[in-house]
Amino acid sequence: QQQQIKNRLSHLPVVVGSHGHATSHSSGGGSTLLGYIGIDTIIEQMRKKTMKTGFDFNIMVVGHSGLGKSTLVNTLFKSQVSRRSAGWARDEKIPKTVEIKSVSHVIEEGGVKMKLTVVDTPGFGDQINNDNCWEPISKYINEQYEKFLKEEVNITRKKRIPDTRVHCCIYFISPTGHSLRQLDTEFMKRLSHSVNIIPVIAKADTMTIEERQEFKQRVRKELEMSGIEFYPQKEFDEDMEDKSDNDKIREAMPFAVVGSDKEYQVNGKRVLGRKTAWGIVEVENPNHCEFAQLRDFLIRSHLQDLKEVTHNIHYETYRAKRLNENGGLHPISSNDTQESNL
Amino acid sequence: MLTVSARAKRSTFPSPLTRPDFCFSQRNLEGYVGFANLPNQVYRKSVKRGFEFTLMVVGESGLGKSTLINSLFLTDLYSKDYPGPSQRIKKTVQVEQSKVLIKEGGVQLTLTIVDTPGFGDAVDNSNCWQPVINYIDSKCEDFLNAESRVNRRSMPDNRVHCCLYFIAPSGHGLKPLDIEFMKRLHDKVNVIPLIAKADTLTPEECQLFKKQIMKEIQEHKIKIYEFPDTEDDEDNKLIRKIKEKMPLAVVGSNVVIEVNGKKVRGRQYPWGVAEVENGEHCDFTVLRNMLIRTHMQDLKDVTNNVHYENYRSKKLAAVTCNGVDTSKTKGQLTKSPLAQMEEERREHVMKMKKMEAEMEQVFEMKVKEKKQKLKDSEAELERRHEQMKRNLEAQYKELEEKRRVFEEEKANWEAQQRILEQQKLDASKTMEKNKKKGKIF
Repeated sequence: QQQQIKNRLSHLPVVVGSHGHATSHSSGGGSTLLGYIGIDTIIEQMRKKTMKTGFDFNIMVVGHSGLGKSTLVNTLFKSQVSRRSAGWARDEKIPKTVEIKSVSHVIEEGGVKMKLTVVDTPGFGDQINNDNCWEPISKYINEQYEKFLKEEVNITRKKRIPDTRVHCCIYFISPTGHSLRQLDTEFMKRLSHSVNIIPVIAKADTMTIEERQEFKQRVRKELEMSGIEFYPQKEFDEDMEDKSDNDKIREAMPFAVVGSDKEYQVNGKRVLGRKTAWGIVEVENPNHCEFAQLRDFLIRSHLQDLKEVTHNIHYETYRAKRLNENGGLHPISSNDTQESNL
Repeated sequence: MLTVSARAKRSTFPSPLTRPDFCFSQRNLEGYVGFANLPNQVYRKSVKRGFEFTLMVVGESGLGKSTLINSLFLTDLYSKDYPGPSQRIKKTVQVEQSKVLIKEGGVQLTLTIVDTPGFGDAVDNSNCWQPVINYIDSKCEDFLNAESRVNRRSMPDNRVHCCLYFIAPSGHGLKPLDIEFMKRLHDKVNVIPLIAKADTLTPEECQLFKKQIMKEIQEHKIKIYEFPDTEDDEDNKLIRKIKEKMPLAVVGSNVVIEVNGKKVRGRQYPWGVAEVENGEHCDFTVLRNMLIRTHMQDLKDVTNNVHYENYRSKKLAAVTCNGVDTSKTKGQLTKSPLAQMEEERREHVMKMKKMEAEMEQVFEMKVKEKKQKLKDSEAELERRHEQMKRNLEAQYKELEEKRRVFEEEKANWEAQQRILEQQKLDASKTMEKNKKKGKIF
C-alpha cells in the first residue's frame, strides 16, 4: 500500500528533503529543503489509520462445480472462509439456476483487519442449457454498484460507505488441455468491462508441465483473439514501472493453481498439499504449481490496485452511464435496478 | 461353452437345458467319442473369420478419450498428424468413426472406434445426445435390413457393442448432462461409465466420488452394463471386486517413462510419475482386462440379445401398426411382418416401374427437342451458305466487269498506240520523201 501511495503522487515535481527521501520518479528538478519537515510521516499516519479502520475486500469466484473454487479460496486466505465451511453440506444438489451466495469473515494479520467477502456462484455452467447463466452474476455486480451510488448521492452521507462492490472476479478455467470453452469466452467477454477478471487454470495437477505450457499459450491466444481484457488491463498501466511489472504478470497468466487445505510432511517440513499414490503435490512449491505466484499477485502486491481500478474505473463507468441515461439520477427504489451494463 | 445366461431373451440356439419338456438324464460314456473337441473347432473357425468390435466413446472434449483409446489398444489411432476429433473444435455434435485392423497371435480384430466430438461443449447442450442415438439406431437398422435380406452371405456387424461414457473428475457427483445422456442410452447400448483423468483425484476423493456416482446412478435407475455371474467361484470373486470399483477411474498415456529402472507407461509430474498400469494408481488395467481380455464377447452377446432385440421388436411392431401407407394397412394388425414386407416390396417394384415409364417419356421428349434444335440449326447453316454463295457470285461478277472494262481500255490504248506509230511512220516517210525530193534550199 505504501508503494501505491508513492506512485500516485509521482507526477508532482520533487522536492528533496534533507533526509534524502525522494520518490522514485522525478519529472522536474528539485530544490533542497532547509530542514526536516516531516512530510514523509504521512505514510505512517495513513498506515495507522488503515489499521484502525480496516478495509474491505470482496472477491467473487466463478466456474462450474467441481473445479476447486472453495478449496482455493480457503488456501488463499489460509482459513476456512468459503461457503462450504460455513455450514453448507458437501454434496449439496446442483441448483437449477445460478445462485449468488456470499459469506463474510473478518481476518486479522499484523494488526491489520480485513473484512473479506467471498461471493460464490453455484450452478454456473452446470446445466444442460447454460444460455445466459452469466446474467444473475452481472445483475449482482451492477446491484452492488447501484448500492454504492445511492449512498454516494445521498444528502447526508455516511462517514464510511460500506463497500460491497466486487473487487475481483476469479474465473476458473477447466483444465481440458485443449482450449477455452465457449461458455468461458462468452462470460469473460461480457463481464470484463464491469469487473476485474482474473482467469486461473483450476486443478493444475491434472496436466504435466509441457501440457500446462501449451494450454496456457493457447488460452492466452484465444483471450487475445476474443479481445478479452483481463486484469491487469493494459490500458490502465500508469507508468513504465507498472507496465513492466504488469507485463511480466500478464505473460505468466493465467496461473495454473492447485488448492488444498490439508498439510503433509515433506522433507521434514509441513506443507499444504495433495497426497496421491505417486507423490505429494505441494501447493506452495513454484515448481509444482503457480499458486504462490497467484497469492503474491493477488494479495501481496495488487490488492489495493484491484480496489482502485474497481472504484476509479469500473464504478465510474457505471456511474456515468447511470447519470447520463434518463437525463439524470432520480430516486430509484432498489426493486428496479436495471441491467444498464452489457 | 454353452452357459445358461439368465439375461438372454432369445439365444441363437435354444439350449437343451432350458426346454422344460425335454427330460434328460445324464449318461456316462463308455468310450471316447470325441465331441469334447467341439470347442476347438469353434475356436478355429472363429479365428479364421476374425472378430469385429465397435466401441463408442462419449464425453466432453478434453477428458482424454483419444489418449485412452490409444493406451487401450497400444496403437496410435489418433496421432499428431491425424489428431483426435477433440483437437478440432466443432460447433455441433458430430459422430465420427475410424476403423483399424489389429492382429495379435493369429487373431484378427476389426476395431471400430466411434467418437462424438462436440458433445457437451456448447453453451446450450440440449439434445446433444440426439446424434448419438440416431447413429446407434441407424446401425441397428442396417443390421436388421441385412438380416432380413434374401442373400445373407455377408452380414457385417457394425452395431455399437459398448459405449464408454467419460465423467469429468469434479469430485462432486454427476452433472445433469451425464444423467440425461445415460438415461437415454442405457436401453440402446451397453453403457460403461468411467472417471476420466483420474490422476486429478487423491485416493480418498476418488472413493467418495465413486460412491456418490453409484448412488446417483441407482437413484435415477440408470442401467449400466452389469457383469454376468459365472459358475466359477474364483471368477465370481474377481467380478465382485470389479463391481466394487465401478465406475472405473482411468488414466491414459502412451508415453514411456523410466521409474526405478523399469520402463512404464505414465505421466510425468514434478512430484512423481502416475503409472497407467499400476493398479494402485488407477483402474486402467481393470478396464483393459475387462473390456478386451474377458468380457468382449459378453458385451457383443448382450448387444445382440438384449439391445438389438429391443430395437428390433420396437421397429417391427411399429411397422405393422402404422406402416408407410396407413390407409391400406390400418385394419390389418394381424398381418405377419413377412407378408407386410412382401407387400411393400411389390409396391416398391410398381413404383419403380412407374418411375421408369415416366423417365422414358421424359427421355423421348428430350430427344425430340434435340432433334428439332438440330434441324433448325441445319436450316440456319444452309441459309447462311446460300447467302455467302450469292455474295461470292456478286463479287465474281464485279470482278468480271472490271476486267472487261480494263480489257477495253487496254484495247483502246493499243489502238491509239498503233495509230500514233502509224502517224510517226507516215511522218518519217514524208520527211524522207522530202529529203530525197530535193534539197529545196
